[in-house]
Amino acid sequence: MSVFVLVEHDRGEVEPASLEALTFARTRGDVTAVVVGEGADQAAAGLGGYGASHITIATNELLADYGPDAWADALAQVVGAAGATEVLAAGTDRGNEVIAQLAARLDLPMAANVLELAKPGEVLRLQWGGSLHELAAFEEPMLLYTISPHSIEATGGAGASGTVVEQPIELDESATVTMIKDRVTTAEGITLATAPIVVSGGRGMGSAEAFDMLEELADLVGGKVGCSRVVTNNGWRNHRDQVGQTGTVVAPDVYLACGISGAIQHWVGMMNAKTVIAINTDKDAPMVTKADYAIVADLHDVVPALIEEVKRRRA
Amino acid sequence: MRILVCIKRVPAPGAKINLTGDAQAIDPTNLGFTISPHEECAVEEAVQQAEQHDGSVTVLTLGPAAAEEQLRSALAVGADAAFLMPTDGSAWDPMATARALTAGIGELETDGPFDLIFFGNESADSGGYQVGIRVARALGRPMVNGIKGVAVSNGVVTARRETATSNEVFELPLPAVLGIKEGINLPRYPTLKGRMAAKKKEVVSSIPEHRPGGPELIRLLTPPQQTTTTVILGTGPEAAPALVDVLEEAGIL
Amino acid sequence: MIRLSDSELPKQASVVVIGAGIVGNCIVGHLAEMGWRDIVQLDKGPLPNPGGSTGHASNFIFPVDHNKEMAMLTLDSQLQYEEMGVSTTSGGIEVARTEERMEELRRRMTSSKAWGIESHLVSPAEVKELVPFIDESVIIGGFYTPSVSVVDSLRAGTIMRERAQALDAITISPVTEVEDIIVERGRVTGVLTDKGLISADHVLIACGVWSPKLAAMAGATIPLTPAVHQMIDVGPLEMLQATNNEIGYPIVRDMDTFCYERQTGGSMEVGSYAHRPILHRPESIPSIEEARLSPTELPLTQDDFDPQLEQALELMPFLGDAEMRYGINGLLSLTPDGMPLLGETVEVENLWSAAAVWIKEGPGIGKLVAEWMTHGYPEIDPHSSDIARFYDYARTWHHVEARTSEAFNKTYGIIHPREQWDSDRNKRISPFYVRERELGAVFFEAGGWERPQWYESNRDLVETNADRIPTREHEWDARWYSPIINAEHLHLREHVGMVDLSAFAIFDVTGPGVVDYIQHMAVNQCDVEVGRAVYTPILTHDGGFRSDLTIMRLGEEHYRIVTGGGDGGRDSYWFKKNLPEDGSVNFEDKTSAIATLGVWGPAARALMESVTEDDISNEALPYGRTREVTIGGIKALMFRISYVGDLGWEIYVPMERGLQLWDTVWEAGQAHNVRPVGGGVYGNTGRIEKGYRLMGAELESEYTPVEAGLARPRVKSADFIGKEAYLKAREEGPAAVLCTFTMEDQTSAAGIERFPSGNEPILTAGGERIVDSKGRPSYVTTAGAGPSVGKYLLLGYLPSDLAVEGDDFSVMYMNELYPIKVAVAGSTPLFDPDDSRMKL
Repeated sequence: MSVFVLVEHDRGEVEPASLEALTFARTRGDVTAVVVGEGADQAAAGLGGYGASHITIATNELLADYGPDAWADALAQVVGAAGATEVLAAGTDRGNEVIAQLAARLDLPMAANVLELAKPGEVLRLQWGGSLHELAAFEEPMLLYTISPHSIEATGGAGASGTVVEQPIELDESATVTMIKDRVTTAEGITLATAPIVVSGGRGMGSAEAFDMLEELADLVGGKVGCSRVVTNNGWRNHRDQVGQTGTVVAPDVYLACGISGAIQHWVGMMNAKTVIAINTDKDAPMVTKADYAIVADLHDVVPALIEEVKRRRA
Repeated sequence: MRILVCIKRVPAPGAKINLTGDAQAIDPTNLGFTISPHEECAVEEAVQQAEQHDGSVTVLTLGPAAAEEQLRSALAVGADAAFLMPTDGSAWDPMATARALTAGIGELETDGPFDLIFFGNESADSGGYQVGIRVARALGRPMVNGIKGVAVSNGVVTARRETATSNEVFELPLPAVLGIKEGINLPRYPTLKGRMAAKKKEVVSSIPEHRPGGPELIRLLTPPQQTTTTVILGTGPEAAPALVDVLEEAGIL
Repeated sequence: MIRLSDSELPKQASVVVIGAGIVGNCIVGHLAEMGWRDIVQLDKGPLPNPGGSTGHASNFIFPVDHNKEMAMLTLDSQLQYEEMGVSTTSGGIEVARTEERMEELRRRMTSSKAWGIESHLVSPAEVKELVPFIDESVIIGGFYTPSVSVVDSLRAGTIMRERAQALDAITISPVTEVEDIIVERGRVTGVLTDKGLISADHVLIACGVWSPKLAAMAGATIPLTPAVHQMIDVGPLEMLQATNNEIGYPIVRDMDTFCYERQTGGSMEVGSYAHRPILHRPESIPSIEEARLSPTELPLTQDDFDPQLEQALELMPFLGDAEMRYGINGLLSLTPDGMPLLGETVEVENLWSAAAVWIKEGPGIGKLVAEWMTHGYPEIDPHSSDIARFYDYARTWHHVEARTSEAFNKTYGIIHPREQWDSDRNKRISPFYVRERELGAVFFEAGGWERPQWYESNRDLVETNADRIPTREHEWDARWYSPIINAEHLHLREHVGMVDLSAFAIFDVTGPGVVDYIQHMAVNQCDVEVGRAVYTPILTHDGGFRSDLTIMRLGEEHYRIVTGGGDGGRDSYWFKKNLPEDGSVNFEDKTSAIATLGVWGPAARALMESVTEDDISNEALPYGRTREVTIGGIKALMFRISYVGDLGWEIYVPMERGLQLWDTVWEAGQAHNVRPVGGGVYGNTGRIEKGYRLMGAELESEYTPVEAGLARPRVKSADFIGKEAYLKAREEGPAAVLCTFTMEDQTSAAGIERFPSGNEPILTAGGERIVDSKGRPSYVTTAGAGPSVGKYLLLGYLPSDLAVEGDDFSVMYMNELYPIKVAVAGSTPLFDPDDSRMKL
């Protein structure tokens, strides 16, 4: 079996999920890592440890920063010339994009976010962001797929030779159309919808004034203040701060719910938060039972302590 | 400026998803259907762009006849025209879908190409990450996925894609195809008037040709339950440091 | 509150209350306050919103209801919500787009007057002043009730639970699933949960839309269906946001479009009862995990709602640019007759139902059911909410589905008091039915039976009696009515009529303990010689009416209980519940085995003597006696009795001989000018001329036999249910007296005669409300024609000191006053006061 892995990197820095893909590929056969673009040399170093017997660096003077067409064209030429039986990448934005571009070029099926290829001719992959799995027929002369991130642990120490070969490829000017033209670091003002952390208050706040401490905490941690519907109904906050079904839907890294019981209408407005933390006196409140972390206590005691603790660490 | 948005009708399940007896699909009993979330944002983005550039928005879907509901939802929030490619409701593989869509777009482009075609980054249900890319390739147009910012001027679309560390900027000449990612905007809700106007608009339909590719669904499976347990950090203000640890872990501090 | 681990769930409870919605919560609070301890409350969902209908309720209360029981429960609930501090008075307006609706609003004015609720008819301009965002050109008027309120039902639930907790009376276990309800020998003994088994003396099901599923675990039935009520949330709207509170404008019910618009914070909730009926099954409701929102908030089926959008926009143009942010197909509970399902289930002892309850009546019903469980019967008569009111046929999905489908679009409909159902008819058919059809019978339903109300074949009699039958010019008064009823009445009084009485519920009780049993059940002396029959009140433990019925002694150890079709279910439950535990009495429901024909009129004896050789003279078969006879070869039981005021009998035969009986009497009757006579005479005109009382109308648990004029001169020595209270009531004397009124002038402002139909307020001549010393208002318990006395008659209670024959009062009908006079105070019949016609 001749297995080719697109190793994704950003100007030389290898994407960790690509190491998972290499780890997976080792179970499939003889592994060739393919590295494309600016910084490829740097990225190639060390891939042998993850099982790459061969490392092909695709070269062309037009290959600069990332571009799906350029990468896919390069990959197509590498795997086409070598007679690959499997070509895979990590199920990342770039991995999925490049393999899909490759599949479109070769008019072959592609399976994204694969978990297993346990049985010949069948693939097990994610649907619904992992809520469901799909078993699909997948029997092709060349299997194109991506590996679901975090489905396998990247392990080094494979001790493969990792012989580096540079392979010049042909690239049409048109392939550069979709290349990254610029990079900007955004410093846009934070909104409730984009804030990395939302500090939100509910009925348990008890008053409009109590929100002052949430404002202070939110400022300290670079977030915004949100609230539940009862809060706007009580006139404690403006409706634009309302999180939930009929307010703003948010998906921050952290949602800190203070004194919010967690009515469904509220929950659907923040359920996509990566981490949910609840502060509530009621251990049985839905917000507490659904949260990742909780402090079962009065928020009026906890929030000031939080503010102190953040300030202390900052100091 | 003419913009086309390709959308997909998907069920809106709760936390627990039930499958049909033959495991070929989600049991739709008591479920509503919606436009796949990325595509909902794509419709919103198209409407905003059309508003800015005095353009028009067409929505297209391939799916069961009932997908007309999703087309009308798009019409209710500002799309101007809708095109339905009705299937028998079975799951079409990504290649078959892309082939049919390409043909459908051809039917819509008799007067020249759309300036922009938007897809969702991936569908909420099957998550194949490829239909838009295949269509763009077939149409011979540049395509970038994962877009969270769009600006059009002078025949060029500037598209922004977020990574963990920066924003990547792409500049594609029109006509172009973009895969839109949720978070690019906050999709508006339909107004009462919008909803009523959408009821009255015509939905044109054209039966697609089914040319299967792969991978072909064998069956769906429910993964083993992952129970979420709440970690109780404490029962008083003394738990504050533990909570701040969590914030640090999440990269907030 | 800390969640219980498995081991902490009590093993023993006095009562397990299943459900923590508005009903379960109010019941645990009231039970605790009434002294119950060791209560366990379970819910499969989390608190405070476990995911049932309470969680998405629109939470507003319009107190005016034509039904007295419901109005009283709603008023009590409003008080309780206020006392809990979870109520906001917003006012509410029911607007009319049509003249027919305006008439209904005038009828509502009448009901608000009857139950003592302040309401006003308002012009479109006045509506506009109250609700500035409406387009008043769409409406022609409104019915404004300032006391309409909005409540926080979840908060109320928490408060009620906390009251029970404060008394240390309760263990609350949310997120606990009931897996089985344990029944041993017909009695509930416990509840099996996913956290263990709880032994319990009582179990109460307050599970809303899931109730039938829970009841089925115990082999009981709670006949309701989950049904969709659609609502959407439209906003934000600046004008509403500016009020800065939950509700700043009166709620508008757009009655003719079956919709309401209710401010909720910065947006407007639009709810609809206009869409097609969408029914679900309790077992197919998604679980908490499966549901996108909550199990009872299903996805909005937008197509069903679209027509309502247009109508809402007509009335409130400012909604047009607002966004539809939330919409659901919300599940609520519907029952075959629209009323709640309260009380002990008929199938399982100590298993209680408190289901199909809306927010507006929740606390009132919580109190009512708690009283019922504590004292054996509640203060407000639950006559029309009693779960025992349903017969077996009504406990089937088939019936529930048919009736609720028909009723759904009548939620805001204009329902005539005499209105009949279309769906699921022809269930119970008497053997006379085929002949009745041939005679053009118009059937009304009674206890599921098809019973002729009048016969079109008698239309010629209207001509014959034209001068004695007033014309009903107003379509509303003439609806579900025919002048043939009056004509049949007059014919019966002059000749003879045949009445189908097969809807009677008939129970035979036998056995060595039967005399003591019957004596224990009935107020009047029933230890009488064989062949005698006794009409008697049946009382609650508190001395109010539980029923009134006839008991015949057919043998030394054999009694037959005969009661009306409407109350057979409740009576069957009550008699069975009180059977001695030693098995000395056997109860048998003979309703389906016996057909009953009534033959009454001056020519009744001549007619019946022509078909039987047995002696049925007054001497051989006096009033109040039964006798076995043979009629044309049919063994029959003749019972000398009359509910219509003329000579005659009820004739009981085996069901399969019924048709033969009809044909025999009919053929012989031709020589006596016999006519078929319908329920319009039997149940209304004949009865009201004689001042006969009807359970559920004149007779309620809130009134005593003394007040109803049914107390006999002497009290039997044997003990009976309610005796102590009965003796006390006799001693105290009546606070109110049941009177027969005559309408003195029926002419309306529009110059036509009007005909009240019941439940209208009886007022002073000047139009002031009348309330007795126990707080009970005077209102019309029955209204009907008195063809033989030439007056339109009303029955109703007056405070004792006002119940003076000849005194003038007034009745309000459709918001107009009409003069009435007390014709009789007490039980003396207006027609044939000494009953001589019946005792010939």
